[in-house]
Amino acid sequence: MWLYILKRFLLMIPTLIGVAAIIFLLLRVIPGDVVEAKFMNGEAQGVSEQVMAEERAKLGLDKPVWRQFGMWGWRVLHLDLGTSMWTGGPITEEIKLRFALSLQVALMATVVATMLAIPLGVIAALKQDTWVDYAVRIFSIAGLAMPSFWLGILMILGFLIIFKWVPPMVYTPFWVDPWQNMVQLIWPALAVGYRYSAVATRMTRSSMLEVLREDYIRTARAKGLWLKLILVRHALKNAMLPVVTVIGLEFAFLLGGLVVTEQVFNLNGLGQLFVQAIARRDYTLTQALVLLVASVFIFVNFLMDIMYAWLDPRIRHN
Amino acid sequence: MSMTAPIDAIEMVGAAPRARWVAVIIDFSRRRPLGAIGAVIVVLMLLVAVSATVISPYDPLAIDFSAMLAPPSAAHWLGTDAYGRDVLSRIIYGSRTALIVGFGAATVGASAGAVLGVGSAYFGGWIDLILQRVMDIFISFPLIILALAMVAILGNSLPNLIMAITIPMIPRCALVIRSSALSVREMPYVDAARAAGFSHTRIILRHMLPNVMAPYLIMLTAFLGQAILLEASLSFLGLGVQEPTAAWGLMLSGAAVEFAEVAPWMGFFPGLAISLAVFAFNLFGDSLRDALDPKLRTL
Repeated sequence: MWLYILKRFLLMIPTLIGVAAIIFLLLRVIPGDVVEAKFMNGEAQGVSEQVMAEERAKLGLDKPVWRQFGMWGWRVLHLDLGTSMWTGGPITEEIKLRFALSLQVALMATVVATMLAIPLGVIAALKQDTWVDYAVRIFSIAGLAMPSFWLGILMILGFLIIFKWVPPMVYTPFWVDPWQNMVQLIWPALAVGYRYSAVATRMTRSSMLEVLREDYIRTARAKGLWLKLILVRHALKNAMLPVVTVIGLEFAFLLGGLVVTEQVFNLNGLGQLFVQAIARRDYTLTQALVLLVASVFIFVNFLMDIMYAWLDPRIRHN
Repeated sequence: MSMTAPIDAIEMVGAAPRARWVAVIIDFSRRRPLGAIGAVIVVLMLLVAVSATVISPYDPLAIDFSAMLAPPSAAHWLGTDAYGRDVLSRIIYGSRTALIVGFGAATVGASAGAVLGVGSAYFGGWIDLILQRVMDIFISFPLIILALAMVAILGNSLPNLIMAITIPMIPRCALVIRSSALSVREMPYVDAARAAGFSHTRIILRHMLPNVMAPYLIMLTAFLGQAILLEASLSFLGLGVQEPTAAWGLMLSGAAVEFAEVAPWMGFFPGLAISLAVFAFNLFGDSLRDALDPKLRTL
């Protein structure tokens, strides 16, 4: 088992390096750079080539790409994300508050999704091909179909028309005013959580259906075990693994992938920061963001694999 | 899933004479009513997109300052937007954008993914190992973030937008197809083809690809909805289709939120169109998956 964990852990390293290299290269392929973006906007238009070249030298953009990558990689290895090319401030500071916000929305959405998905998925599987099953399936397919940003617009529209009220649009950290914070973040969490729950509901349903056909369930029923006990002890426990995987992976994506929903609710999360950073060609900030989000994803993936291996010894030896 | 699902699957894939196709369609709709509903909506949408010039009551680009933000009425069924453009006409024309991007990105993405996946499984060894690692890397990027980066590189004309949406889909499809192709590779007919001295390309294209048709079709239909959603998201952010082109996501951005209180129809109907389209594709895709391969649930 330890050997497996070690092997699986080492496998994360090339993936991370790959992610870093690809985003590094992609950014440099995007036309224009941060210096151009800075000087093409507003006051400083028409700055001489020389000034721009000096600015580039200051940011290290005049060096060959492989050296830039090497220097950046070396710093990241020492857990130093560097400074933003646009603001000059340390990236850790830029990201900190936004990370807290994105993390909170992602966590809340996960709670919403789990609470919806597991009961719905189980019921749908138990009542397969009845109207209950159809209703759950339509509900979850609709969840996949409705863009969460549109759900957000609908929520705001609904509040506005019915209650003449709009959720607060200015972020209050949880430790400052928990109530205000919840009143603001619960709506994006619900909008995103619905879509998220749809993915998990479908997985719960199909996974339950598969487990319910297993021999040990039939044995348990033949033994005359109480149906509820069979469900909780035998079926649910075995069916949950793929569900947990889906929830984990979706969670990792929520952290950085909420670009559009954040826009609707005016949340300054990681997604908005990413769009901004790309528009400004702020290489260091974009790289840091992508690396952060991808690391979470890769790490969750790693944890899932370990869990599978722990539960199913066949995987470790293969 | 009924016990007859595999038979159903054979019937769907095999080249059947015409009369049997009709029978298959009837059978499919009886057995999977939800899928049939989805298919009907998809066909209707295609008809709307094709006949947009005939059925749309107004020119989708025609600005009419005398009818700005007009509520739904007999003249403008779904109201007008901030420029007095007819919302219904823009939704009808927007279906063209959605379907072109959807079909374009899904077909290219699923096909490229299928070729990569089958190739990876067929060659095995270090080629497989490297391809797998590369796919892993690309999958670690959230869909929208990769698409955003691609749009920034390629620009946002319609073909480039399709490309940008295609890129993140390729590795996802390749992984699924690869796992199916691994078992196909072990089949005697692949060995036979190799023994007959056929080229790698021929074995991959003629012998292996047709046998991963089921997961390919499933990924394709799943991608259709996703591509439409992704295009809507990008356009909503102002990074996709550009004004004044009619596109659903674009209709929801800017003015729709700004004028939410006075003109809620601007924010409501385009979103409904997106949802209905994706809903239909998913409904159909789901039933297709149940019919073709009940075990595949990696979506």
